[in-house]
Amino acid sequence: MRISLRNALLGSVFGCALAMSCAWAPTARAADPIKIGVIAETSAISGVGIPNGAKMAAEEINKAGGINGQMIEIVDYDDHNSAVDAVRAFQRAAQQDKVAAVIASYVSEVVLALEPWAGRLKMPMITPGAASNDITKRVHDDYDHLKYVFHGYLASTQIADVVCEASKSLMVKDLHMKTAVVMSEDAAWTIPLDEEYLKCLAAGGLKVLDHIRLSPDTTDFTPIFNKIEGEKPDVIVTGISHVGVQPTVQWQQQQVPMPMYGVSSQATNSTFWKDTNGAADGVIFNMASAPDVAVTPKTIPFAKNYQAKYGNLPGYAAYTSYDDVYMWADAIRKAGSTDPDKIVEAMEQTDYVGTIGRIAFLPKTDTFAHGMRIGEGYITGLMVQWQKGNPVTVWPANVATGKMTFPSFTKLPE
Amino acid sequence: MLALQILIDGFAISSLYALGATGFTLIFGVSGVLNLSHGAIMVVAAVIAWWVAGTFGAGPYLGALAGVAASLACAFVTYSVIVRPIQNSPSIPREEKEIFVLTGTLLWGIMLQEAVAYLFTNNPKTVRPLAQGVVMILGVRTPLNEILTAVLSWTAIGLLYLLVNRTRTGKSLLAASMNPRGLTLLGFELSNIYILVWAIYGVLAGIAGVLLGAFLGVSSDNAGTLTASAFSIVVLGGLGSVSGSLMAAYVVGYLETMTAYLVSPSIRTVPVLLLLVAVVYVRPQGLLGRR
Repeated sequence: MRISLRNALLGSVFGCALAMSCAWAPTARAADPIKIGVIAETSAISGVGIPNGAKMAAEEINKAGGINGQMIEIVDYDDHNSAVDAVRAFQRAAQQDKVAAVIASYVSEVVLALEPWAGRLKMPMITPGAASNDITKRVHDDYDHLKYVFHGYLASTQIADVVCEASKSLMVKDLHMKTAVVMSEDAAWTIPLDEEYLKCLAAGGLKVLDHIRLSPDTTDFTPIFNKIEGEKPDVIVTGISHVGVQPTVQWQQQQVPMPMYGVSSQATNSTFWKDTNGAADGVIFNMASAPDVAVTPKTIPFAKNYQAKYGNLPGYAAYTSYDDVYMWADAIRKAGSTDPDKIVEAMEQTDYVGTIGRIAFLPKTDTFAHGMRIGEGYITGLMVQWQKGNPVTVWPANVATGKMTFPSFTKLPE
Repeated sequence: MLALQILIDGFAISSLYALGATGFTLIFGVSGVLNLSHGAIMVVAAVIAWWVAGTFGAGPYLGALAGVAASLACAFVTYSVIVRPIQNSPSIPREEKEIFVLTGTLLWGIMLQEAVAYLFTNNPKTVRPLAQGVVMILGVRTPLNEILTAVLSWTAIGLLYLLVNRTRTGKSLLAASMNPRGLTLLGFELSNIYILVWAIYGVLAGIAGVLLGAFLGVSSDNAGTLTASAFSIVVLGGLGSVSGSLMAAYVVGYLETMTAYLVSPSIRTVPVLLLLVAVVYVRPQGLLGRR
């Protein structure tokens, strides 16, 4: 093969340029921000807290010098509560926008749709609010492919356990209740929730008289409440997230005489009182942290700063999303790079005190692999009640800021 | 007891359906327009009522008034910005205008829905009810607001009936639905009649939206369902027939309520859809259709 002088010259110039660009690249990358993708439905009140919480954490980390000098940039995508849009956003985040990790959605169906993509694209992902047990079960069953997925919120079974644990003291001991009807929406996250409710409520002293699953599209709850009232339970134990405002308002307007207690995700938002015109008075719901309780020293300052910045108190997924950015930042710092496998390895070692408690992830051998450790010393959960426009923590007793009160139409057991 | 419960609950929801569908069918009867932004306009009315009553602390009455005014404004914009330009456009062939109007109003409805979701989130809102408390009707505890919903719906429908049948302006509306060309020969300005009918529509949709917001609560996500429900009722009753729509509203309302009580609340709308398919097969002109 003959090499002409011209070709040799061109080749050496090209080679030199290539070598220089390679030599320069690390320096250029060091100045580049580390991107974290946030995928959520921003028109929903629970969803908008996810980018809001994440941006607050990123600003704080950046102010403190970033991750080894690199700033964090939050790239947010609106998935319109659609799994298809979420998958598209996820692909774009991984392939085009080159994010290092993703914080995604509070809707189990959306997270379950993203999970295989996290595996395929080797993209570390955490959900700050979805609850389906399947998220972690899949990690457990196919760890090698799906180890990139972490569960940043309680799984449905764990939530049910918190609600049942609290019901022993709040409903059975304090209010002498004996019976309950479970009312939950038809969704992926409520299947394990209901299964656990039926077991643990009975074990805690509440006999379950009926188990009603309603369509998330329901707008008229009158027949449901009438049916429940006919069965004369002492309490309605809820498992609702997609619905919330409407059943609460109709419960109050119809003056359904038994309290609503359990999981009501929409009730965790500070706008819930206004959205229901105060019909929320007396509703008791589960949360990992509340603005009036110092679950950790970080909880109250976060809630206060969030309110100052966005005008309302954070919903449940805002707390976790805020914590998630800190945990990703720590993991990237420890990993020393944005290599996904190294980030996952570092994330598995997480022992972080966030706004919702001390967070550590369960090992791959656990059924809830990459789910959060629940229990004393870690995440315990709270029961909070809407009282005259304010969320008041009523359980556990050691952190409670008030006692339960109910609207006048509620009839409690003698 | 259960029968009475179904009777009372079914009546309230059916009355609301009737009011919602009346405006929808009126527009079709008089001007031949199927307004697919109907649900979105109802949502705008409810959300504005909630916003003015709650955020501004203006109280339920002023809030309701603001909701109806917003719906009226939306109706005028729908007519003057979407429908009339399409109808008057020389570049759209006459036989394609209907489909253009359908598409135009559908897209406009989506824009309204997205705007509401953007400005107020898609969380459901409940309008502060005009009446609080409950009354016992033969042992059935009924919210006062539910009774008020039925009464106000029927008052609005009654006033519309009087307007159409007892006033000269109203009679011209009726005439326009039967023979628009004849009406223009008599010296009536057809465009004035269209403006009037859109104004009436705006008020009816506004009242329906505000009442729905106070009775069940409304989210921007409901826009499509509300349009579909009005559309089903109108098809069932016979396109353009107001009395057919009223009757169909009760068929739909009671069928839904009975399904919810006697079978399961989660399949509430299924029998209605089956009935609709059957009607389209067996009697495509609807219950009281004129064709």
